[in-house]
Amino acid sequence: MRVYLSVLKLRLLNGMQYRAAALAGVATQFFWGFITIMVFQAFYENAAATQPISLKELITYIWLQQAFLVFVTVWFRDSELFDLITSGNIAYELCRPCELYGFWFAKLLAQRLSSAILRCFPILIVSFFLPKPYNMTFPPSLSAFLLFLSALMLGLLLLVAISMFLYISVFITMSPMGSLLIFGILGEFFAGLIIPVPLMPSWLQNIANVLPFRWTADFPFRVYSGHIPQKEALIGIAIQLVYLLVLVWLGRISMNRVLRKVVVQGG
Amino acid sequence: MIELKGISKSYKVAKRQTGLWQAAKALFHREHTIVEALKNVSFTINTGEIVGYIGPNGAGKSTTIKIMSGILVPETGTCTIMGYTPWKDRSKYVKNIGVVFGQRSQLWWDVPVIDSFELLKDIYKVPQQEYKTTTDLLIETLELQEVIYSPVRQLSLGQRMRCEIAASLIHNPNILFLDEPTIGLDAVSKIAVRQFIKTINQEKGVTVILTTHDMNDIEALAERVILIGKGSLLYDGQLGELRKRFGTQKTITAEYKQRADPIQIPGASVLSWSPGRAVLSVDTANFKTSDIITHLTTQVDLVDVTIETQPIEDIIVQLYKEYQI
Repeated sequence: MRVYLSVLKLRLLNGMQYRAAALAGVATQFFWGFITIMVFQAFYENAAATQPISLKELITYIWLQQAFLVFVTVWFRDSELFDLITSGNIAYELCRPCELYGFWFAKLLAQRLSSAILRCFPILIVSFFLPKPYNMTFPPSLSAFLLFLSALMLGLLLLVAISMFLYISVFITMSPMGSLLIFGILGEFFAGLIIPVPLMPSWLQNIANVLPFRWTADFPFRVYSGHIPQKEALIGIAIQLVYLLVLVWLGRISMNRVLRKVVVQGG
Repeated sequence: MIELKGISKSYKVAKRQTGLWQAAKALFHREHTIVEALKNVSFTINTGEIVGYIGPNGAGKSTTIKIMSGILVPETGTCTIMGYTPWKDRSKYVKNIGVVFGQRSQLWWDVPVIDSFELLKDIYKVPQQEYKTTTDLLIETLELQEVIYSPVRQLSLGQRMRCEIAASLIHNPNILFLDEPTIGLDAVSKIAVRQFIKTINQEKGVTVILTTHDMNDIEALAERVILIGKGSLLYDGQLGELRKRFGTQKTITAEYKQRADPIQIPGASVLSWSPGRAVLSVDTANFKTSDIITHLTTQVDLVDVTIETQPIEDIIVQLYKEYQI
């Protein structure tokens, strides 16, 4: 446990050395958030039928998405780990007395947490004070907020478990680009980062429901806005847990399998 | 303590000729060759030894180190180190070893060295008190006072390498594997590193296995050398023995008062000659150096004589040639 905390601390120190990057990230996310909101605003104003999610809920959805971008995007990766594998520096990781899966899981988790800590607060705070209708709103109740927090954290763990497969695949392919593109685009789309899941046609929603990606982003954000009622939210959290357990289990099996055949590159 | 028996390991290496057409062809059909990195390697190393593990590039030195540190799994053979099989009992085993790969880095690039040390402390679960004593000692003997608070990216190679060695010893391992620890270091840093290796071997009884291309490292540290070439073990024994067997050539440089004719001495071959100076080579296995000098004094009016033993580098080159590796 201590190791993982230590990794988190080091990551945080590492991340804090790049304040400019964090600032730039915040600025980009504001810009992006505004554009997305304006697009949906235009869409809502001109739509005849009532939409399955209200504009107010959608705006909250988008701000949360921007604030916690590093919790929900697959493409936010640790290139250091890719380099370790392709350059052979993994040799050092392999002679440590801890299991590689857990160690890397902690590293990836720490990386996302440390980035989020630097970025989410400015976005959340400012978005509350924006003029209507662009502002972010409070959750309907305290219990909804608590449910959101647990869903968000489980979603984060789930996403890290998904991204572990990306790193494992690099042991075989030796290049991260392919897996990154496939995982990145599929994951992002089915997580509702491009079009929120409630606005998808129902057949597409069915696909999204089966895949794990939706549970990392779409689900917690809608729990926050109250679009998903609390009873359903509890069921959702159970589904998240099941997904997490299965993916971690599969991940560890495949990690151990690739490690048995690992070739340390370069002398 | 360390016992390798019949270890073999081969790699599958992709091959292709240069050119676009060949690259396109390789999309459909890959050619592989199997390279045997290690063939039936066996040796035993006792506690407290310093062993120099030498061989030309690509001989299989690093592969052996990786197998012994549990990173690679060999195809055949057994390896028992302190009662463990490295690749099977990896987690339990690696607590007892420290590894330095001279060409790689284990320190976090962007943060001060001391932060990496702290992380290693937690990874190896070293108690705070022990950590403090160990790091104090490491910082003092490796002269790291000035560098441990700087980010790794701002260190010179020599400084970084000393930090890498320190990082491998934070958990007080019983065995230290050093894979080219002096690569790219200047003379001063090399001596510092050698001195340090000697110290931990003598004071803490750490068993050291060292691969290097710098024979001075071997001469300064190791009594015993293991020579490997093309994956096979070629020599395992004392360095002095190696010298006796292969380093029998001596070079005699003689300076004398002007003399017009070249000198000729039975048993010595003349490497170079000028009216005031001659360089001779003698094989001490067949002739005594003293006899040669006696002969010299009869022929010329000697001013000065220097006798040099063959440098270990030359012996190794000769060895490589002899074994055709």
